[in-house]
Order: sequence, then structure tokens, then C-alpha cells
Amino acid sequence: MRKYLILAALIACAAEAQNRSGLEFASEEIRRLQASDAENPGMLWVDQGAKLFAQKCASCHVSMKGVATRYPAVEDGRIVTLEAKVRHKQAFAYESDELLALTSYVAHQSRGMPMNTKISEKDVEKGKAAYYRRRGQMNLACAHCHEQNWGKHLGAETLSQGQPNGYPAYRLEWQKMGSLERRIRACMFGLHAELPPYGSDAMLELELFLVWRANGLPIETPAVRR
Amino acid sequence: MALARIDLPHEARRGELVEVRIVIQHPMETGFRRAPQGERVPRNAIHSLVCRYSGTEVFRATLSTGIAANPFLRFFLRATQSGDLDFWWLDDDEVQGAAKTHLVVSS
Repeated sequence: MRKYLILAALIACAAEAQNRSGLEFASEEIRRLQASDAENPGMLWVDQGAKLFAQKCASCHVSMKGVATRYPAVEDGRIVTLEAKVRHKQAFAYESDELLALTSYVAHQSRGMPMNTKISEKDVEKGKAAYYRRRGQMNLACAHCHEQNWGKHLGAETLSQGQPNGYPAYRLEWQKMGSLERRIRACMFGLHAELPPYGSDAMLELELFLVWRANGLPIETPAVRR
Repeated sequence: MALARIDLPHEARRGELVEVRIVIQHPMETGFRRAPQGERVPRNAIHSLVCRYSGTEVFRATLSTGIAANPFLRFFLRATQSGDLDFWWLDDDEVQGAAKTHLVVSS
């Protein structure tokens, strides 16, 4: 009887195929770490971002609430991420503490708000193709893990859907905050594939597809992930 | 940039036990990691941390490389009088860090 119940639950799960945040695949300890602002180490970057924002951005901008829900966006045919938007004004290096602090601070103001990017299906065509394309010596596409096998195990890890709503996020593996681009590169590294450079078209297209796919999920920055 | 977040209740009654939590931004380099070009990243970890409450030392910790980056510490303190909580720490590069907060105690 119990077996059938589990089977029914699994089928229901697959039928729904709804978006699930990476948080749902994280361990109890990690979820607790993310939930507490006093313990979440990502809040250090949010604080640093608040200071930088006051120094460098506050003369024009006031509240950035809701801004992060709309990025990455397509502006004049180009894909623009939150990182690119900050770098347009302040030339911080990719993955520098300053850039991560500012993007985390801005994204944090939209915490809990659903991602709401105005991207059309046509915009994400290239990214979608990249998502389903096999790559690297492992000869796997993103979809093989994150679409066909999420919820199952790869070694000790539970495969997530690869949703981007927590980024920039604090990853225990990195021992610091990191962007969505760094996380994508980490997957590519695991596949022994070529790593697309930060801010490259290949990276941006994939990022855009992931965000389009995740529309509706709440922003969690600063999320904590393994 | 030495950055820390201290969390404790804003107010406490005299004699009450107060939970103090602190997260410090620090890489806590073990000295065993190597940079992409193969050169060793030198060890740099916070090795001592002291907390003073109204000038009196109430908590001291010895940290080492076994502790993850951005260390989190938690301890309890008996509220006696309103006063400052001063944190001070030192790492292997002899760089000092400090953070301060205030505790209001009502009788």
C-alpha cells in the first residue's frame, strides 16, 4: 500500500513539474543558516554593499526594492545582468567583493519578491538550445541533471533544478559569496567542459534562459548553498 | 575591510542571560591551498578574539585554521549594567579588527 502511495506521489511530482528553489534541496542546517540574518554569512556582503551604495550610488538612487526581480533584462537587443548594470557605473572586477557586495545589497532589497523578468520566449532561444546541448568530456547537458533527474542523488549531493533565485549566494564550497555566473562555471567545470568567460555571450544567454525559466520564484539573496 | 555583524537583544533586564552572536568577514586561509598558478596561499587566520563588556573581559576565544571562513561565534552573557560590548581580534597578518555594540540594561 505504502509503495503505491509513494509511487502516486512521485507521479504527481513529475506531473506538476513546478519550479522549486534550491533551498528545498538543501539540508536542514543550511536552511537554518539561510533563515537567520544573524548567522547567515552572506549578510556580511549585504552590509558591505549598503556602505558602498551610500558612498557611490546614493546620490542618484534611493530604494532598489524590486529592481532585482527584473534582471537580467534585454535592453536594445543586448542581455544586461545586474552585474553588468553595476559595472557600467563602477568598474569592479567580476567576483570582486565590491561587485558581489553591491549586487547582493540590491538583490537583498527584493528578498521574498517573485522574479518577474519581462523576457519573451524568443529572447531565450539561444540559451535554451545551450541548456539542452551536450558538452564537456562528461557529454552531459544541463537538462540531464537539472530537468530529468532533479531530486535524485549524485554521490552525496541532491540534484536541484538549478534555479537561479538565490544568487548572488553564499556557497559553503566557496566560503564566500558568488554570482550566478560563477555557479554556472562550477557546473561546467564538473562536466570537464570549456568555461565560458564572465560576461560572455554564451554565459549571458544561458543565464537569461535560467532566469526566464525561474519566473515566479521568490528572490532569496543572500541564499546559502552547499 | 574588517567587517562584522553582532547580534544581541537591544535591551535586557539586570541578571538576565543574553545571547551574543557575531559573524566576522575573514578568509581564514589554512596555508594549504594553492592559487591557480601553483603558488601556496599563505596562512592567514584569526587566532585570537576578545570581548569586553563595559571594559571587563567576558569572553576570549582562540581560533585556528580548522574553523571555516567568516567565523561565527555564539556565547551567553549575564547582563549587569548598561554598557558597550567591544570585540577585538587579531589574525596571522597582525591585522586587527574591532566591532562594537551597546547593551541597555534595565533593573
